[in-house]
Amino acid sequence: MTDVAVIGFAQAPTVRHGEGTTSGVEMLVPIFAEVLRSTGLAKGDVGFWCSGSSDYLAGRAFSFVQAVDAIGAFPPIMESHVEMDGAWALYEAWVKILTGEADVALAYGFGKSSAGQLRRVLALQLDPYLLAPLWPDSVSIAALQARLGIEAGAWTEAQMAEVAVRSRAAAVANPRAQLSGEVSAEKLLGQPYVADPLRAHDCAPVGDGAAAVILASAPRARELCPRPAWITGFEHRIDSASLGARDLTTAPSAAAAALAAGVRGRAGREEGPPAGGRGGSGSGGPGVDVAELHAPFTHQEILLRGALGLGDDVRVNPSGGALCGNPMFAAGLARIGSAAQEIMSGRADRALGHATSGPALQQNLVCVLEAR
Amino acid sequence: MEIGFDYTRSLGPTLGRFMAALAGRRILGARAADGRVHAPPFEYDPVTSDPPAELVPVGTEGTVTSWSWAPQPLEGQPLAHPFAWALIRLDGADTAMLHAVDAGSAGAMRTGMRVRVRWASRTAGDIRDIACFEPCGAPEPPARADPANAAGPPEPVTMMAAPVRLHYEHTASATESTFLRGLAAGRLLAQRCPACGKVYIPPRGACPTDGVPTAGQVELPDHGIVTTFCVVNVDYPGQRVAAPYVAAAVLLDGADIPFQHLILGCDPGEVRMGLQVQAVWKPREEWGTTMENIDHFRPTGEPDAPYESYAHHL
Repeated sequence: MTDVAVIGFAQAPTVRHGEGTTSGVEMLVPIFAEVLRSTGLAKGDVGFWCSGSSDYLAGRAFSFVQAVDAIGAFPPIMESHVEMDGAWALYEAWVKILTGEADVALAYGFGKSSAGQLRRVLALQLDPYLLAPLWPDSVSIAALQARLGIEAGAWTEAQMAEVAVRSRAAAVANPRAQLSGEVSAEKLLGQPYVADPLRAHDCAPVGDGAAAVILASAPRARELCPRPAWITGFEHRIDSASLGARDLTTAPSAAAAALAAGVRGRAGREEGPPAGGRGGSGSGGPGVDVAELHAPFTHQEILLRGALGLGDDVRVNPSGGALCGNPMFAAGLARIGSAAQEIMSGRADRALGHATSGPALQQNLVCVLEAR
Repeated sequence: MEIGFDYTRSLGPTLGRFMAALAGRRILGARAADGRVHAPPFEYDPVTSDPPAELVPVGTEGTVTSWSWAPQPLEGQPLAHPFAWALIRLDGADTAMLHAVDAGSAGAMRTGMRVRVRWASRTAGDIRDIACFEPCGAPEPPARADPANAAGPPEPVTMMAAPVRLHYEHTASATESTFLRGLAAGRLLAQRCPACGKVYIPPRGACPTDGVPTAGQVELPDHGIVTTFCVVNVDYPGQRVAAPYVAAAVLLDGADIPFQHLILGCDPGEVRMGLQVQAVWKPREEWGTTMENIDHFRPTGEPDAPYESYAHHL
């Protein structure tokens, strides 16, 4: 099997109320052009396209089909879709190249979160028998998790505010961010709760956006990119859908994905290989220089640092992370793209990109990238 | 735009018995292979993946293990006034249930507090039979008559209804906006692809052939041909025209992609591919920014367009 590398990344600016339609076309056309230009590729050079988006966000069935207009699907293209963050579309694209069915693949994710009431729409990703009929919203569920951690001594409201402060300061250098700026933790902690114990700064803003990442097989990657970000591990795992049966102060699926991808995480309760004992794509190895974590709530960044075993020497979310722009179905892919950008630009030699899905970090995906 | 659908879901043996017990104002948990009691019950053991061997009654009182405050409840949530979401470990259970607590204020909530079920006034065999929880210190509710099925072993519930109502605000893109404002003035404004020259009406964000935004505006006549059609013979909810009637793909003169519209003013049996048609507009005072300004298309009586002239537009 060939090695696979990320060779290009582009992201649309994340905005509160985008001018485009729920088809995503208006956000995708410019970033397809940008990412293809950055690699010198033409549309026809892409052997496989894969998207991540959701009909629940768009409010209509098969909404991803219209997004294909942004590609220009003539002559016919090889194309697929996941009803997941684009990070999972990237996983499918990675498999497509590993299996030799394509040399170059483009994964994209897009979402117009502002068309509906996002926190309410997300109730529909819950257990349809016991939870969804109560319409528990995504912010309230994250707040239950935050309090569990606060009362267990895993994090404090002040530490959560510090995450927001650091994220917004980092996002000043990111023109795609929705929120950025210098703020003090003291000022943030003076704000009222939106869902006690969460304040507005603890929650990612609602935003519309899109992201695109190009993958290539080894020979093509060397030819097209001066410093490809080689994928050395790519894994995703999932925890129980039963919120009340999980230990919400940790994320065993994140730790297991990291371990399998070649980064030793801390599962909390157990050491050693993840349950099931399945081998992973990663070869084990040293730590990472930088990590882009998909943490839509401040306490989740702290939780993930622990679960993924990231030390204080690891730079976390130099892009500002999801707390400064969380376009649904694109934010996870954007984390991997941002991590790859750190390598392609020469700022890092080994990087971790993380994506999450589901309530309270139920599903976690880890992609480990390195320079060669 | 409001989208609604009443999902009906089959429950299976475990949840069916759990829901039947709720209808009888009792709560069941499932004992796992490791001895832990899960309430609500799991359908498959998280460790062994086996269905539960045993469903056991748990208490209708419990302890809050975490909570968050909902100052502005959302549509569909258990209470319309401010309340707490809580994880509640029912007495006799080892896992927690997510539900609402009617505590009055956030100041009345704390982890470790004792709460009890407040049953819905009428139970139906779904999770909303638990109206919410309330602090154990609250005044006892008035005694309610036990439902008839509380005495004997209840039959498992087989189906539940789960209505979903969602609200969306769709944004018109710049080209769609131009198109819609054109309609309000009785004009049909299409867009042309700068790469291949194809003309789209209604306009699209990008040319589906070339993937580039359409650029040039083109005004089209309200005259065209039927490329293909179907005769609708079946009645359905929301129907506006009595069956049988014809829904057709109408290709305006100068356009490259047809759109769907009604063909009226003739017997459905007379509609054919290549039929020349003309828009019939509603009275001007009824016009808005909508395609409905055109009530339908009618045959013009002109000779049919030859197949070759529209073969590439099918």
